[in-house]
Amino acid sequence: MQSIVSSHHLCLAPPPPVVSHRLVCHRLVCHRVPSIRLPNHCSTTSLRLFNCAASRESEMAAVAKVDGQDPRIPKIASSIRVIPDFPKPGIMFQDITTLLLDTEAFKDTIDIFVERYKGKGISVVAGVEARGFIFGPPIALAIGAKFVPMRKPKKLPGKVISEEYSLEYGTDKIEMHVGAVEPGERAIIIDDLIATGGTLAAAIRLLERVGVKIVECACVIELPELKGREKLGEAPLFILVTSDAA
Amino acid sequence: MFAVENGLQGDPRLQAISDAIRVIPHFPKTGIMFQDITTLLLDPVAFKHVVDIFVERYKHMNISLVAGVEARGFIFGPPIALAIGKVISEEYELEYGNDRLEMSVEAVKSHERALVIDDLVATGGTLSASINLLERAGAEVVECACVVGLPKFKGHCKLKGKPLYVLVEPSQLEEGLTF
Repeated sequence: MQSIVSSHHLCLAPPPPVVSHRLVCHRLVCHRVPSIRLPNHCSTTSLRLFNCAASRESEMAAVAKVDGQDPRIPKIASSIRVIPDFPKPGIMFQDITTLLLDTEAFKDTIDIFVERYKGKGISVVAGVEARGFIFGPPIALAIGAKFVPMRKPKKLPGKVISEEYSLEYGTDKIEMHVGAVEPGERAIIIDDLIATGGTLAAAIRLLERVGVKIVECACVIELPELKGREKLGEAPLFILVTSDAA
Repeated sequence: MFAVENGLQGDPRLQAISDAIRVIPHFPKTGIMFQDITTLLLDPVAFKHVVDIFVERYKHMNISLVAGVEARGFIFGPPIALAIGKVISEEYELEYGNDRLEMSVEAVKSHERALVIDDLVATGGTLSASINLLERAGAEVVECACVVGLPKFKGHCKLKGKPLYVLVEPSQLEEGLTF
């Protein structure tokens, strides 16, 4: 089992100001709130301390070190809405649209991923349709990588390569443009959520078939009961929030 | 209105954007010259130009909401929203009905000033539906923004009374290339 690592990077430059032109409000509409567990086995292997003049940064360092938790994560977790019995009874749907409506939570989400992947020689950010398209491009832009959309069949207009994967009933396919990536490139794969891991596993196979090295898969949310991690083979998985599936 | 008509005449970023867009002939059906923006996304410099130009325009227009149309609007909307510090709402096209668009009702508060973003405008049908949805939810649509637009959208052409801002005209097919 891979452990969840939360990485913290403190640097001499002050963080960019968050300019909010409207009051952020959470509209949590749920009948029952299942537990959203925060990863509690974070290691701080990537924590680097500089001599920062700003006392706020050293306070943040102390908090991060004490409980190993990035202080931005609780706010991100609480911004995600759970919709019970959608799309069918028994499913607790993790709705990230409320995260997108929270300027600070969305920015923090992107920042955490960017801090983790910047300067690591990653030239490809692959995003799975459609919510991977929301998180992938800002990360790609910030780290100077290509954004490669991985799409459902017949959406991409040019020559594609496909990978099939299993659903509960039947199969589906994920596609990527031929020539989007080159052998030897280093990639991360982004999606909003990992459940059974079928889609991510197919995305890994697709990229590996053309000689790309998967550095990591990254998702905002994991539903660990569905054991998606086990389908990812050698590829590590980085998660911000875990949640009960039902 | 095109970017060249509004102060960006000669801006080299526009040529870089145009050059990065690939044309796929006869997709999804015969006669359509499909403007493929995925090649733009493979060019981090050109992709960043798109975001920068939109951010420069909208930063000071007091926009409180960026609405992105599924799925390619999801690619351009979030980077713009992040840079101008705004929230994002998504609009979904239903698979089985080309003319239906959905949006979460709770996403929009009254009197929001909204920007609608999509990769391309052709007939204007999708954008018009987006404007309708946002107005029904009480928002004011300030402008629609697209990377590519047909030449008919030059000048002060409006969609449902709302201005439209476009970066480039459709790229042309280069001779001899195969896909």
